[in-house]
Amino acid sequence: MTEEQSVLEVRDLVKFFPVRKTFVESLRGGENQVVHAIDGVSFDVGKGEIFGLAGESGSGKTTVLRSVLMLIPPTSGSIMYQGTDLAKLSKNEMKKYRTKIQVVFQDPYESVNPRMTVFDIVSEGLFINKLVTSTEEAITRVTQALKDVQMIPPEQYMFRYPHELSGGQRQRVAIARALVLNPDLILADEPVSMLDVSIRAEVLNVLLSVKQKRGISIIFVTHDLALSKDVCDHLAIMYLGIIVEMGNPEELVSKPYHPYTQALIAAVPIPDPAAAKVKVLAKGEIPTNVSPPSGCRYHTRCPIAKQICREKVPPLEQVSPGHWAACHFWSEANGMYQSGEMKEIEEEIKV
Amino acid sequence: MSKAPVLEVQKLQMYYKTTEGDVKAVDGLNFKVEEGEVLGIVGESGCGKSSLAQTLMKLLPSNGAIKGGEITVEGVSITKMRDYEVRRKIRWKKIAMIPQGAMNALNPVFRVGDQISEVLRVHAGASKKEALETSKSLLQLVGVDPKRAAYYPHEFSGGMKQRAMIAMSLALKPALLIADEPTTALDVIVQAGIIRLLLALRREFGMSIILISHDLALVAQMSDTIAIMYAGEFVEYGRAIQVYGTPYHPYTLGLLGAFADISGPKKKLVSVPGSPPDLLNPPQGCRFNPRCPYVKDVCREKVPPLEDSGEGHLVACHFWKQVHQQRMEVAR
Repeated sequence: MTEEQSVLEVRDLVKFFPVRKTFVESLRGGENQVVHAIDGVSFDVGKGEIFGLAGESGSGKTTVLRSVLMLIPPTSGSIMYQGTDLAKLSKNEMKKYRTKIQVVFQDPYESVNPRMTVFDIVSEGLFINKLVTSTEEAITRVTQALKDVQMIPPEQYMFRYPHELSGGQRQRVAIARALVLNPDLILADEPVSMLDVSIRAEVLNVLLSVKQKRGISIIFVTHDLALSKDVCDHLAIMYLGIIVEMGNPEELVSKPYHPYTQALIAAVPIPDPAAAKVKVLAKGEIPTNVSPPSGCRYHTRCPIAKQICREKVPPLEQVSPGHWAACHFWSEANGMYQSGEMKEIEEEIKV
Repeated sequence: MSKAPVLEVQKLQMYYKTTEGDVKAVDGLNFKVEEGEVLGIVGESGCGKSSLAQTLMKLLPSNGAIKGGEITVEGVSITKMRDYEVRRKIRWKKIAMIPQGAMNALNPVFRVGDQISEVLRVHAGASKKEALETSKSLLQLVGVDPKRAAYYPHEFSGGMKQRAMIAMSLALKPALLIADEPTTALDVIVQAGIIRLLLALRREFGMSIILISHDLALVAQMSDTIAIMYAGEFVEYGRAIQVYGTPYHPYTLGLLGAFADISGPKKKLVSVPGSPPDLLNPPQGCRFNPRCPYVKDVCREKVPPLEDSGEGHLVACHFWKQVHQQRMEVAR
C-alpha cells in the first residue's frame, strides 16, 4: 500500500486456533469451534521503517508477529518477503530466511540464557548458521553489534553474565543478538514494556538508530499508543484479529477515524494534571474471538453503531492520503470526535 | 485544620535486614494526607514505593522493621501498636489497600461474594446473610453486576477482578485507600474505567487515596499532591500543578523527558542514564548523583535537604535554582 520499496507484504493473513473439546463433547459431535486469532490482516512494511502494531490484549498482535516468523504457520494468506511467500515454505526451506528476520522478545529477564555470557548469547546465531569460521571473526562481529547497541566499550560487557546487567542492558544484548546476523527485518514484541520508564528511551533510541544507520525495518508490537506515536513511522490498530485503522501515527493519534481508535486514545492518560481527564468511549469489554460479532466486530461496543454495522463488514477504506479506516461511518465518527460530541459511556455510581 | 490529618508520617525509616546488611527501602519520609486528598507517589521499581505501602499497613515481611519515625492515623500513633490491635482497629477500617497485582489477590477457590463477605464478618461482625447483601451492593457500587457475587474469580475479567478488589477494600468505609499500581496489566480502556471509578468514589465518600505508580500520566490524572520517590527518599513533593508545571529536581526532569505523551507532537525520548542504586549501599551524598547530568562535588558529599522552593513545593537538590535557571535560558 506504500509507494516505497517494501520488505514485507502481508496479505489476507488468517490464523485460526481450534478450541479443544472434551471427550464428551467430541462424542456429542457438533461443530468444531475455532479462535479467530487473526482474520484477514494485510499490511506492508517499507524498507527502513518502524511499523507499529497496537491494540488491547487479545487483539492478535502477537499472533501476527509469530506468523510472520512462521513459528505458527498461518491458516491462509501470504507473507511475501523478497518475492518469496514464507507461508508456503517448509520448515527446512524457512531456515534460509531465519537470519534475515529476527526477533526481540518482551522480557529480557527471560529471553537471555542466564548461564551464557554476553558473547555466547550474541555469537550463538553466527555459529549455528555457519556465518563465521573462527572465534576471531565472531569476536569482531559481536564487538560491532555491541557497539551498535551502545554497549561501549564492548570488551567490558562481552564476558559478563546477564545477571550482571540491568534490564535495559539485557534488552540491548537481545537486540545485538538479532543485529549480529545482519537481518532485514526485526520483529520487536513489546520490547520496553518490562523496563522502567527512565531506561525505556535507551532501548527505543537503539532501535531508532538501527533503523536509521542500517536501514533495518522493524515491526514494533505495543499496547502503548503514546509510545508508538513517538517511535513508529506507520501504525496499525488491531481489534479482535483485524486491522481497524492504519496510517501515520501522529495523524492517527490526533485525528482518529475509527470509533475504537478513538476509544483507545481517549483512554490514555496525559502526563499533565491540567489536561483533560481520560474518557471511556467503548461499552463493556472485548468480546471473545471464538465467535466474533457479525458485521463490524466493534459494533457491540461502539457508541454510534447502527443496523448496517451488525450486518455488513466494513472494508478498510482510504479516508485521507495514507490513512485507512474500517468503519461504515468513519466520516461522521471523525467529525463527532473532533467536535467532542462522541458521548462518554456513563457508568452509574450509586451510594 | 482543626481535625487531625488522615495520615501523618514523620521521619519514617523502614529497613530490611539481610545477611549483607540493611536495605534502606524507606529512609526518612515526612508527609501528610488530608481528608479527601489524593497523594500520588511516583517512582521506579526498587525505589521503595511498595515497601512504603506495606509499612503504612504494617504488613511487613519478617525481615523488615520500622527503624524510626512515626505513623499517625487520625491522630493515633500506630508505630508501636501491637499486631492484633492494628488488625482490629486499623486495617480495613481506617486504611485499606488494593495490593499490587490485585488481579491475583482473589482466592480462586472461593466465590467472589464470599470473599468480600469475609471482611465484613470478621471485622464488623456481620451475619452471613447481611454480609452477602452488603457485598452485593458493594459490587454494584463498583460497576459489577451483583449477580456475579456467586461467581468464582476465574469467571471474572481482569478489570472485574480489580473492581471486586476495590469493592472489598471499601467494605468497611476506610478513611484512606492505598492503591499500589492499581491498573498495571490492565488494558487502557479498562484502566480508564478504573481511574474514573476511583475518582468517583473519592467524590462520593470523601475518601483519601495514596496512589502508587510508575506511570506519570496516571498519577497526573488522579492526584492533588505528588511525591517523586527515588532510592527510599522523596526528591520532590508538591501540588500536582507545581511538580508537573515547574519540575525542579533533575530526576523529575529526567522522568518527564523519558515519558511518552500522547498529546502533543512526536518527540525524541531521552533516558536517564544508569540504573537505580543498590539500597544496601546507597551512594554518599545525594542518592541521585551517579545518574545526575548536573552533578558537582558537593552532591557526592552532602545530602541535600528537602527544602521549600516556595508555596509548599519541596525539592531535595543542592542546585535546583541553577538547574531551573539553566533550563529557562535554554528554553528561551
